[in-house]
Amino acid sequence: MDGTLFRSVNKFFIIAFCLDIKSYKSFMHRPDSFFLATKMAAPLTLLLIVAVTIRAVLFRSSLAELISARVEVVSPLNAWKRVVEGLALLDLGVSPYSGDVFHETPLMIYLFHFTVDYAEIVFIVTDGITALALYLSIQTYNKDVFRKQKYALESDRYSADCLELLRSPKEMFYIPLKVAMFYLLNPFTILSCVAKSTCGLNNAIIALFIFCTLKGSALLSGILLALATYQSIYPLTLFAPALLFFLQRLYIPVNLRRSSFWFFTLQYAFMYVGSLVVITGLSFFLLGSWDFIPSVYGFIFSVPDLTPNIGLFWYFFAEMFEHFRLFFSCVFQINVFFYTIPLSIKLKEHPVFLIFMQIAIISIFKSYPTVGDVALYMAFLPAWSHLYRFLRNIFLVSCVLLACSALFPVLWHLWIYAGSANSNFYYAITLLFNFGQILLVADYFYAYLRREHHLTHGLYLKKKDGTEATLVLK
Amino acid sequence: FRFPSPIGHISTCPSLIGQCCKTHPGSFQEELVIRPLHSGDIYASFQFRTLWDTDFLQEGQKVSHYRLFPKSLGQVLSKFSVRELHISFTQGFWRTMQWGQPFIPSPPGAELWVWFHDTVSDVDGNWKELTNVLSGIFCASLNFIDLTNTVQPSASFKPLGLGNATDHRFLRYATLPREIVCTENLTPWKKLLPCGSKAGLAVLMKSEKLFHSSFHSQAVHIRPICQQCSSKAWELRQTLNVVFDLHTSGQGKKEWSLFKMFSRTLTEACPLASSSKVYVDITDNPEGELFELSPATPLLGQAVVLGDRRTYSVYDLSRAETFGQLRSFNLLLRWKGDSGDMLRPLLHAERYVAGFGLQTGEIHTVIYNNHPYRAFPVLLMDSVPWYLQLYIHTLTVTSKSRDNKPSYIHYQPAKDRHRPHLLEMLIQLPPHSMTEVTVQFERALLKWTEYTPDPNHGFYVGSSVVSALVPSMVAMRTNFTQDQPLFSSFVPVKEESSYFVRVYTEPLLVNLPTPDFSMPYNVICLTCTVVAVGYGSFYNLLTRTFQVDEPSPPLSKRLANLIRRMRGVPLLT
Repeated sequence: MDGTLFRSVNKFFIIAFCLDIKSYKSFMHRPDSFFLATKMAAPLTLLLIVAVTIRAVLFRSSLAELISARVEVVSPLNAWKRVVEGLALLDLGVSPYSGDVFHETPLMIYLFHFTVDYAEIVFIVTDGITALALYLSIQTYNKDVFRKQKYALESDRYSADCLELLRSPKEMFYIPLKVAMFYLLNPFTILSCVAKSTCGLNNAIIALFIFCTLKGSALLSGILLALATYQSIYPLTLFAPALLFFLQRLYIPVNLRRSSFWFFTLQYAFMYVGSLVVITGLSFFLLGSWDFIPSVYGFIFSVPDLTPNIGLFWYFFAEMFEHFRLFFSCVFQINVFFYTIPLSIKLKEHPVFLIFMQIAIISIFKSYPTVGDVALYMAFLPAWSHLYRFLRNIFLVSCVLLACSALFPVLWHLWIYAGSANSNFYYAITLLFNFGQILLVADYFYAYLRREHHLTHGLYLKKKDGTEATLVLK
Repeated sequence: FRFPSPIGHISTCPSLIGQCCKTHPGSFQEELVIRPLHSGDIYASFQFRTLWDTDFLQEGQKVSHYRLFPKSLGQVLSKFSVRELHISFTQGFWRTMQWGQPFIPSPPGAELWVWFHDTVSDVDGNWKELTNVLSGIFCASLNFIDLTNTVQPSASFKPLGLGNATDHRFLRYATLPREIVCTENLTPWKKLLPCGSKAGLAVLMKSEKLFHSSFHSQAVHIRPICQQCSSKAWELRQTLNVVFDLHTSGQGKKEWSLFKMFSRTLTEACPLASSSKVYVDITDNPEGELFELSPATPLLGQAVVLGDRRTYSVYDLSRAETFGQLRSFNLLLRWKGDSGDMLRPLLHAERYVAGFGLQTGEIHTVIYNNHPYRAFPVLLMDSVPWYLQLYIHTLTVTSKSRDNKPSYIHYQPAKDRHRPHLLEMLIQLPPHSMTEVTVQFERALLKWTEYTPDPNHGFYVGSSVVSALVPSMVAMRTNFTQDQPLFSSFVPVKEESSYFVRVYTEPLLVNLPTPDFSMPYNVICLTCTVVAVGYGSFYNLLTRTFQVDEPSPPLSKRLANLIRRMRGVPLLT
């Protein structure tokens, strides 16, 4: 009796939901531009105006100089001061790579060679582009998610009692805007932009890469991924999620014995490697030497500059015993790339979440992280707002991250200027900040897996004796 | 057992010796200049010159017989194909504004610059070995000179001797501003003299007195010179400059004597010396109104030195009457009145670090041109260690609050742990002006093993070097003659209207941020823990799956089931 009632109620809900889907579907069939122009253009424009205003005001204030000297905001890799220095060296007729101050790629020199006077505008526009790309990506992604959810429902793959886990168009409607907002109004992004850290440009390239990938353009995606790799090596790990996404999109199963799989993989790899070779070759011809390879990539891998930042490398290698140095620099660098394969296997059905995980792991474990890198993966958090109910310690983590962000400048001041603290204080905060980030990412990963588990196994699980069950990892 | 007879060698040796000694006897000169300074201090400058008409570097000629020239240095010169070598050890800082220009300037600490012969292929290797050998010869820490503090100045250090090679690939320059100079450096330096410290002026060099002074500098300069330009001769100049302080060594009384200064008197000239003289600068005291000099000397000499004509009382130690009846020469100088104002030196430079905190800073170099109406160019050379990252785009040069663009800039940025920054500029100094050169830097955090002992003392940055041709007040003598006193003939004069001056600024002491030296283990453990937390939590999520937590039945139930199974009774659930 009970069971039938439940089932009928359930059926009713599913039908209601499908109606909802239909309305959403009809809604989605309209052209994108029209969609954007009608419903979301106004809030997005408003957001852009607010973001630009904040940045413009900060650029004009005396804070800009202060911010651009903060070690949390700029690293030796992307400080604007070093870009200017590189241009000055070029003017003096000295190769910018002959010293150890400039570590940007040659394309960056040429970009700023022409736009150095409009740098502020370039950085504001870059942030806008990143936000827009993220906005459009998440919009596309949400449509995808919704479509897949519908098919799963229609083919009865979801368990009957997980209705409340399903996503509704209403809830998803504002997510792209929230993502753009999270990126544009995040204090980390604003600081990074006002400091003119070239991290903003790298973020834009990665965001455009995500956009092109989600839009299904393999060529553009390969080119942009090559550009991102050329800029900072680490985005190399995004090759796997992009490939998985395209395979999924083209309904090619990930099967090593299938020729279609290999055909597409090689095709995409060729686009990626080809554009990487072209870009690197172009840099060589622009500069006439390979000096930039050790100066950019050698610098990233061997971590010679131990200027404090928010990462794990600087103090670790400042305090390292000389004979362990090579070993630990290998361990720490491998650590960044290491998670790609297991994560790709685990998340092969969910390439976009995999992209998020990879970006987060890069920004935590890379050798010269700045808050700009953190801002990029944090922008994705609204896209996972449906995971909120499964997050275990989001409150704790947010408190840790907020407290650390406030304590960074305080302890820096105490160490460097007041002389009343020492390096351990600042180090402790970087440790805690990274700990918080790891917890955050691991928590989202957990929540994502758990939701997937509930979707197939039902939300309210029972033990054998009929009492309410608790889920554990075994 | 008998040693093989060295007959063959003996038979060839005399002819070699004969040849060498007949044609290249070499000569040795010594002199002491005493200049009473306007501040009441007294400046004593010793110069010893050994000349040797031979060529170490000639192919196939192995010089093995040494007479006046120290063998230890001669061997070094030939082994490393050194063309010119200048080394100085200085304790204290020369105060140009109080004391005027020194005869031969030197920066605080140790300074070494060497021109190698242009046949040397591995200059860096030779330089490395040479510094280690010199470190042994002079008992100094010259072995700390490596690529991280060596530069190749493109214009500031030209060879002072024969030849006008300008390829700065064969030049190496390094300073050790932290080097402390003491007795152990003086003793080997004295041993290079033909008479050692047994006779001649060198008997005055008692380290107890010499190092109880405001300024002490000893140097060795070796260069090839051209005597009558027929053959190449090697010149070894050993100089020792010392400034005695009025208050610490004079006991407040304005009275000086050789005995008071050096606690010795002179009894004889070095028998090997061809000339041995003591000069006292009496330019400011023509009528004896400022100080009284005894014993008086009838000999007066004039020399043009550093753009100024100076008058000297000359005491010739090679003449017996100088020593009088006591067989001892003790020069006494008694001040009568207060000295007047000193003419300000035409060129003067100073340097300091601006800014606070341990993140950034700014180096200010201030150069003064005190000439009332002449502008002249100066070459400024800065060698900054790599751990201060200079930002060349922040370089500003201002004179009279106007931008003064250097006409020549040679900048070589540093490579971390490999090479220092080298900045050379040609700046035109307007007349009667102050020129300020500023450049910003960032302080690096070093590895914990790279800090020197006592890291919170700070790191020294060597003096910057200002080299200039300063307009001369009087015509300089361009022709080189033998009878010129040594102190006025060190730097070759190319034109009459100007003279060459090198000014060293103060070295800088810069603090760097330091890690906590006591906790490498803790840092390794803590950081690895955080990485392991990341690894662990990902590993957990990657390898495990979600399962319903089914508690295992309690022990009593399991035991009961075991018994039931043995009895063949249905089990409990």
